[in-house]
Amino acid sequence: MTEGKIESLSTSKKEPLLIARNITKKFPGVVALDDVSVEFFPGEVHAVVGENGAGKSTLMKIMAGAYSSDEGEVILNGEAVEFSHPQEAQQRGVAIIYQEFNLLPERTVAQNIYLGREPARFGVINQRELNNMALGVLKDIGIDSIISPSEMTSSLSVAELQLVEIAKAVSLDAKILIMDEPTASLTSTEVQLLSDLISRLKEKGLAIIFISHRLVEVFQVADKITVLKDGAHVGTVATPDASPEDIVYMMVGRLLDHYFPPLGEEEEFGEVILEVKNGGNDFLKDINLMLRKGEVVGISGLQGSGRTELAQALFGVVPFKEGQIIINGKPVTIRTPVRAIKAGIGYVTEDRKSEGLLLMQPIRDNMLLVVRALRSIFKWIHPDGVRSNRYLVPTLGKQVDVRVDTYSKEVQDLSGGNQQKVVLTKWLASQAEIFIFDEPTRGIDVEAKASIHDLIRDLTKQGVAVIMISSELPEIIGMSDRILVMHEGKIGGELPAESSEPEIMLVATGQMNGNRETESAISGGGIK
Amino acid sequence: MSTETLTGTGEKRKRENIFARIPQVYYFLVVVTVTGIVLDQVFANGNILSNPSIFRNILIRSVALGIVAVGQTFVMIGASIDLSVAYTISLTAVLTSLIMQGDPARVPMAILVVLVVGAFIGLINGLIITKLNVNSFIATLGTGLIIEGLLSGSFSNWSGAVPESFRSLGYNAIGPIPISIILLSIVVLAGWFILSRTKFGAHLYGVGGDHQIARLSGLRTDRVLIGAHVICSITAVLSALFIVSRLGSGAPWVGPDGVYDLESVATTVIGGTALSGGRGGVFGTLAGVLIFGVIDTVFNQLGVDTFLKMVLRGAIIILAVASYSVRSKREAA
Repeated sequence: MTEGKIESLSTSKKEPLLIARNITKKFPGVVALDDVSVEFFPGEVHAVVGENGAGKSTLMKIMAGAYSSDEGEVILNGEAVEFSHPQEAQQRGVAIIYQEFNLLPERTVAQNIYLGREPARFGVINQRELNNMALGVLKDIGIDSIISPSEMTSSLSVAELQLVEIAKAVSLDAKILIMDEPTASLTSTEVQLLSDLISRLKEKGLAIIFISHRLVEVFQVADKITVLKDGAHVGTVATPDASPEDIVYMMVGRLLDHYFPPLGEEEEFGEVILEVKNGGNDFLKDINLMLRKGEVVGISGLQGSGRTELAQALFGVVPFKEGQIIINGKPVTIRTPVRAIKAGIGYVTEDRKSEGLLLMQPIRDNMLLVVRALRSIFKWIHPDGVRSNRYLVPTLGKQVDVRVDTYSKEVQDLSGGNQQKVVLTKWLASQAEIFIFDEPTRGIDVEAKASIHDLIRDLTKQGVAVIMISSELPEIIGMSDRILVMHEGKIGGELPAESSEPEIMLVATGQMNGNRETESAISGGGIK
Repeated sequence: MSTETLTGTGEKRKRENIFARIPQVYYFLVVVTVTGIVLDQVFANGNILSNPSIFRNILIRSVALGIVAVGQTFVMIGASIDLSVAYTISLTAVLTSLIMQGDPARVPMAILVVLVVGAFIGLINGLIITKLNVNSFIATLGTGLIIEGLLSGSFSNWSGAVPESFRSLGYNAIGPIPISIILLSIVVLAGWFILSRTKFGAHLYGVGGDHQIARLSGLRTDRVLIGAHVICSITAVLSALFIVSRLGSGAPWVGPDGVYDLESVATTVIGGTALSGGRGGVFGTLAGVLIFGVIDTVFNQLGVDTFLKMVLRGAIIILAVASYSVRSKREAA
């Protein structure tokens, strides 16, 4: 960022519409936002970028009234406001569109836009009026040729749902429109459609704030870019004055603040245990990868790039439709999780509360869940069947160092770190040889993080092969012996251990394809 | 920025085909009726369904269930359920004949009292569900048991009687159309109107579809749900009035004997209203009720074992719901 650009920011004579001033927000164990101040102007598109956990969403939620800040204030039209409920913010003209849409699938577009505000006389809705009002809004923002008011929202695509959400916000007379990752699941034509709409809203004088990971789109659409990093405001720049590389460095330039166990040594890696050839399904294409015993392969990539889909394909949740999976030299078909487990794969899911654990069951039963599921049901009758597995429990507990006084405690009473350890024991008990970790340390405090990382390394020392998906770049870099970077459902490139964060980000954003060997093959796509 | 640049991306969907708007359950109804006709031809030489009074019988048999199923549709669209309707029917049937005592002059008062009682039961159900946060299944199971207990403690047999004039509701006809069918039609049309044309209806779909969205849109979700429960209990009262007009008197077992609780839920579900709420409507429910009516009539006339009839009903419930969930899976994909 060169000097003198600051001037161009302040030349806009307009008053800021919304100001976040010295906002600080703490959650147990983390400072989500640390003294962040940003100004948003009418008729301006303002992108907020940063890595996962940088505090973008928290800032948006504070401005939209979903959270309250611990310190600092939100100033709307020159007046300090404190929203206690999102609806209050909405009434004052601040609308937020989340990634999860707030639309009823079984109702029409018009019914959704005016839910709770239907034009009615004596409680009887004036249908024609309702549809006309909705049509008016759709016309107003120029999407009436795409969406008709009487269509059911269940027949709309994700992009169209997004447009309906925007129409709803406009109908509420929003002056400030906040969008959380609006382009995350859109195709490039749809992104074009959305950015056209955004420019029209901008001309109407709305302040538009959007969170995004995709720098290409940020540079297409935004007038200003604010970068957050670890809860702090790194800087705000006018788009013409910055290059994507500048932004990436602003996003990631930091010191590693966390100890990781030493990486594996080349000679420790055993033979290839897992190989995927030309794997593909609705979300993935051309997946080629191999995994050796004793190795940690990190999978990085932006949200929606297919990271989790890859794990689900390997584990048979949403299986591959094409290609081949080879385990221990033998081709296998994995259509269901049961097949994957029998093939020796364990999957530590991203959402351990809903997918990994039976929260209201004792630790013991959670640990033995997989072994019991796989065992012949007739063993239940045999008294030894029940007991023999119980011997496993203390051993497993020691193996992962889960700190509890009794294994009959319900899992929901454990801390996040201990819960994650219990998930691990499920697969240790089933003697899995390939572990897939999806965001192994999300929502876990720093100390527990380090012990999970140590555990993962210990597993590889015992010859287990690990695939670790993570959206935290330091974790990917600190843990991976090789790094695969996903981009739009494909493996965008493979990077060696200890690659830098900018390198990963450039591959993940599609600005650099490929392997270190083909370095400097920067695709010229899109960015000027 | 003109709209021309956009039309390329979003292709205009063709106007919805009229057939797509017919609830899917009507195809089931056709299948069941055709099957009935075939059985009739094979086993009874066409004597059952060639008799025009049979169709009328199907409809009359469906009236009591149909009215209360409309109410059940309301609560189920709101993602709730009412298992107390059978006992509400018993209670208000007994009260009706008890108050009327065969005296035509007391008919208006009796109707007024039972409507108030019904509305009160609905209000209590709704309050327990929304304010005490009790799951609707449990809450209405509980109120149902309470009513049953009170009723069995106080009455053990037929009590009171309705005047002859009141019995015309059950037996007479205006021209060729039985009054009971007019009653059912009015209830169904009123249900349709409230659900699809009023704010209350729109809000009920919202509350059932997604409670959080409804709340964020500023809806008073509790009031909407309580309203649905009041409507449901009132339909139970209307069913009870029809039942006593047919039977001449009320007894504590008329509700549970008709299995109006589970059958109203079953027919509503067959009609395409999701247990999870937010979708469905009274016309679908009406078809569900008619399907049960056709099965009952044909099988009774053929003298088929009641157990086989129950097996068939069960199979139809499962088939119908499975077909909906297959459909919604397809839509999701």
